[in-house]
Amino acid sequence: MHLLWIFFVYMIVLFVIGVYCILATQNLVRALIGIEVLMKAVTLLIIIAGYASGRTSLAQALVITLIVVETVIIAVAMGIVLSIYKHTKSLDTENLTNLKG
Amino acid sequence: MAVIDELILLMLAASALWTVMTRSLLRSAIGLALTSAMLAILMFRLSNPFAAVFELSVCAGLISALFFCIITITEPLTPEKVREEAGARFGRFRYLPVIVLIVGIVLRVLTVKIDVKLPALEEIADVRHFLWEGRQIDLIGQIIILLCGVFGIVILLKEIRKKGGK
Repeated sequence: MHLLWIFFVYMIVLFVIGVYCILATQNLVRALIGIEVLMKAVTLLIIIAGYASGRTSLAQALVITLIVVETVIIAVAMGIVLSIYKHTKSLDTENLTNLKG
Repeated sequence: MAVIDELILLMLAASALWTVMTRSLLRSAIGLALTSAMLAILMFRLSNPFAAVFELSVCAGLISALFFCIITITEPLTPEKVREEAGARFGRFRYLPVIVLIVGIVLRVLTVKIDVKLPALEEIADVRHFLWEGRQIDLIGQIIILLCGVFGIVILLKEIRKKGGK
């Protein structure tokens, strides 16, 4: 079997796990964990692309940028989750009905 | 492809699945750190050592610590409540292993030969030179994003403190 295709298959599997987690969970922290798993899939895709095209330096530079962005996103999202928790005393998405029309 | 690479990939997928499926949020955070560690090992094997070090220290270390903090602050469910909600959780997540297995098997059967031969560039071997000389705009973007994050968190924490004071 072709080497890159195997990496690609596992990347898609990670992506499916992340998307399913975000769609199925009702817990805000677990939704963040789903976003993290999605980010891992994207990181793996960049690494595969760099390895396949022989441009590992570019891939590493992009991965470092992605990690910085990922960290900032998670930190700000955690601040928002904390704010929601202080307001509603719950992490359940079912309780977030303030904007329900 | 070495057998060890396939083994690491398998462990990567298994740890990601465990992260999502496990009941306890703390175990989920540990699973996420394990997934990051597996990805870092894979990066080392695919000759991306600098990115691997970042992945290991920031994603497996810092982000996991952030998750542990938020889980501790938000007082997770008691064991009784976890047991009560286990049925509903099982109902929501029962299809995931099946979907993952089907997607994995179908894609492995459909072998596609990926041939990405890009026009040759003047490749700078050292990523440090590449980052500082070729991708300055990325660095400026990173600084801007970090500042945005810091200001965002400061404002959010100020609001939380105000609510707590009231």
